[in-house]
Amino acid sequence: MTEPGSASPPARPSRIAAETPWYELFSRGARDWLRHNQKVREAVRGKLPELLAGGDLITNPQNRTVLVPVRFMEHARFRLLDPGEHTGAGQGKGEPGQVLRPASQKDDEGAGEPGTEGGEVRFVLEFNLDEIVEWLWEELKLPDLKPKRSATLDEPDYVREGWDKRGARSRLDRRRTVREAVKRRAMQEAPLAFTNEDLRFRQLVRRSTPAINAAVIFALDVSGSMQEQQRRLAKTFFFFALQGIRRQYARVETVFLAHAVEAWEFQEEQFFQVAGGGGTTASSAFRLGLEVLDQRYDPSRYNAYLFYASDGENASEDREAAAGALAALAAELNYAGYVETDGSAFRPKETQMGELFAALKDKGGPAGAAKLASLDDVWNAIRAFFRDQATAAA
Amino acid sequence: MTTGDSLESYIAELEALARRLGLDHYPVDFELAPSSLMTEIAVYGLPIRMPHWSFGVRYIHQLVRQSMGHSRIFEVMFPGDPCHAYLMDGNTLAENTLVAAHVLGHADFAKNNLLFARFHEQAGGNIIEMAAAHARRIQQAIDEFGLERVEAVLDAALALESHVDVDMELHRSPYPTRAPERKDPGAKDAFHERFDRLTTGTEAEPPPASPQRLPLPPHPEHDLLWFIAQYGPDLEQWERDVFFAVRAEALYFYPVFACQIMNEGWASYWHARLLREAEFLPQPLYLNAIKSHSDVVRPFASGAQSALAVNPYHLGFTIWEHIAEKHGMERARQICRDEDDFGFIRNYLDRELAGKMDLFTYAAKSDGEIRVAARDLDAIREAILAPKFNYGAPRIAVTELCLDGALVLAHEHNSDGRGLDAARAKKVLEYIHRVWRRPVRMNTVDATGEALELAA
Repeated sequence: MTEPGSASPPARPSRIAAETPWYELFSRGARDWLRHNQKVREAVRGKLPELLAGGDLITNPQNRTVLVPVRFMEHARFRLLDPGEHTGAGQGKGEPGQVLRPASQKDDEGAGEPGTEGGEVRFVLEFNLDEIVEWLWEELKLPDLKPKRSATLDEPDYVREGWDKRGARSRLDRRRTVREAVKRRAMQEAPLAFTNEDLRFRQLVRRSTPAINAAVIFALDVSGSMQEQQRRLAKTFFFFALQGIRRQYARVETVFLAHAVEAWEFQEEQFFQVAGGGGTTASSAFRLGLEVLDQRYDPSRYNAYLFYASDGENASEDREAAAGALAALAAELNYAGYVETDGSAFRPKETQMGELFAALKDKGGPAGAAKLASLDDVWNAIRAFFRDQATAAA
Repeated sequence: MTTGDSLESYIAELEALARRLGLDHYPVDFELAPSSLMTEIAVYGLPIRMPHWSFGVRYIHQLVRQSMGHSRIFEVMFPGDPCHAYLMDGNTLAENTLVAAHVLGHADFAKNNLLFARFHEQAGGNIIEMAAAHARRIQQAIDEFGLERVEAVLDAALALESHVDVDMELHRSPYPTRAPERKDPGAKDAFHERFDRLTTGTEAEPPPASPQRLPLPPHPEHDLLWFIAQYGPDLEQWERDVFFAVRAEALYFYPVFACQIMNEGWASYWHARLLREAEFLPQPLYLNAIKSHSDVVRPFASGAQSALAVNPYHLGFTIWEHIAEKHGMERARQICRDEDDFGFIRNYLDRELAGKMDLFTYAAKSDGEIRVAARDLDAIREAILAPKFNYGAPRIAVTELCLDGALVLAHEHNSDGRGLDAARAKKVLEYIHRVWRRPVRMNTVDATGEALELAA
């Protein structure tokens, strides 16, 4: 080893290599960035209920992903307390006391403070909704839905099964056909590219499959006493209840009913915009629900669910009718859930609707009730319903 | 002649010129690298380094900065024997000629500066291979023990990256376990023999029956990475190795960190001088190269009146020119050997230079207002050096390894002037705890100066 400072010529001349073939092949930075994102996902997952309770995520149920704004994770180091006033060395004209930058300008670029890496940068992670619901179910430790026993009747349907040399053109299996052609060409001298013998068609057979359909009725009280905030709570709850049901069934059909004195069916898009007025007659919604079920959703083929959101008030003269209609409807349901969107502080402890659902449950009906005062309650309600439903089905 | 060919011949001639002018360096392996690799080197500090998610965050910050045009990496050089220099393949020939001359300046600095030479001597001259070997071993550990476990160790080790004792050797032996024994009574020097003859009849005092176990550590230990790796009661061997690997890399980075102003200034001084005296360069190329030079060593962005940071290239370059002019090259080379930035700034940034460069100190309030604070020379020097004290980290020492295995750390808030950011400190203690596996405690002060104990 040469002693530092002794001026001897280098042992060999410096050289230059131009070929750098492998550098483009692998990015360590990207690898560690992906690992960071994975950790963020895990962290987000832990706090999912709070994050999703932000509410605005549920704008477009057709969009199967949600964007969650997240912060970079910080790898902590020992650091001194923020002194409030930073000092540093700079260069340029100016007398002591001269203002270089006025206050309240949140741009610390180039401020040269140790540790501030260009301010706070946020980024957005895209989460798949199915993934979120999956996490949520784990997080809330929710049981899977149980299809009604009577609804597990077999339903014959066409399924793909096997291949044939003849069939409809639309069912030509190109991949198989090419495979056959390749096999044949390997055997022949001077082969043709394709022959009719190569063609393979998918075959369909009629087979019985278990019923995996669900019909979900969302009923909403849109009478004058329901306020905007209460509707939002109901909407959030409905959304996640639906996600939970979608998770279990291959095909889920939804029915949206709104009622004040009378009940109507709506499209999903209009459902939450509906504003009614006047009194409240819940029996109308239950009757309409039953009608819809009878007409469209054969109970032997569909697992039916009802979720009803209301502020709990109902016309007192409707009590008997509502109890009767609910009981009739409940007989055809896997489960009936009631959420009470508790808006005002001045209200009786037990509302009429609350009592009706409680009575139904006491009689062994598949029913449950929960109150929604804030977004936090949505998670409790979801948890309660899916647990309830599991015990009711057992 | 292709770009690579002419660059190669220019490098050979620059090197010959450098030798004639007295530069002394290990050979340099130049490599043209794509910008993606340059970005990664800027983030990791080394071309191949252990994986950790925190580098991913820095990587994105770096990409953002580059895409905004704030940051462009011309060159990176790794000292050693041979040195390795990466030039960006997107640079023009003029830029790369300048950069090659710059690298020769770095290479000379790294061979002669004592901080660099010391690490070179202890670690052998191939940091790139060393770091790659660390990365490989850590990858093996990941394969064997799983990413989560290795990551937990790296969380702790990398968080303590700056907490090494830079005055200690790379391979440090443990403390003596017993008090140094009294001298063997048999081996007496001449004085004691005569003394014993004087006092006949009295027995020599017997040595204490059992030498006492020394407290651990015998003195506050600032080399946290070393102490944890050496004395962690429950660490597995591979975990200790991870700590030692991070420590070795931290010791490698220290000279670069502590000599940044000198080193960049020296390289800038030499690239300017080499180009000036390189008669073999075509005139247009020289002009383009010298234009890049003035971009590199300018004090602030074009159009700006002032900067809230001192460009180390500009500062170092100005001081070195001044030294070379005033004291001669012999003296400059001696300073280059003996000093680091602390000595360099305190001894050679004088009133005249500070005035010429319009240096000042500023105060930035939390509401964003920034004022020129002073033009006092001492204040300027300390403001430049403040981020460099203690490797840029708070002074923290191990004060006690308790009998139950608890680790006690103390923050020297008196020398740092204030307490620690408690939330972050607690997080770091949690990182340490996951590896140390016994209680970890730390003493510091809070914002009001009251004693504060943090624990994990």
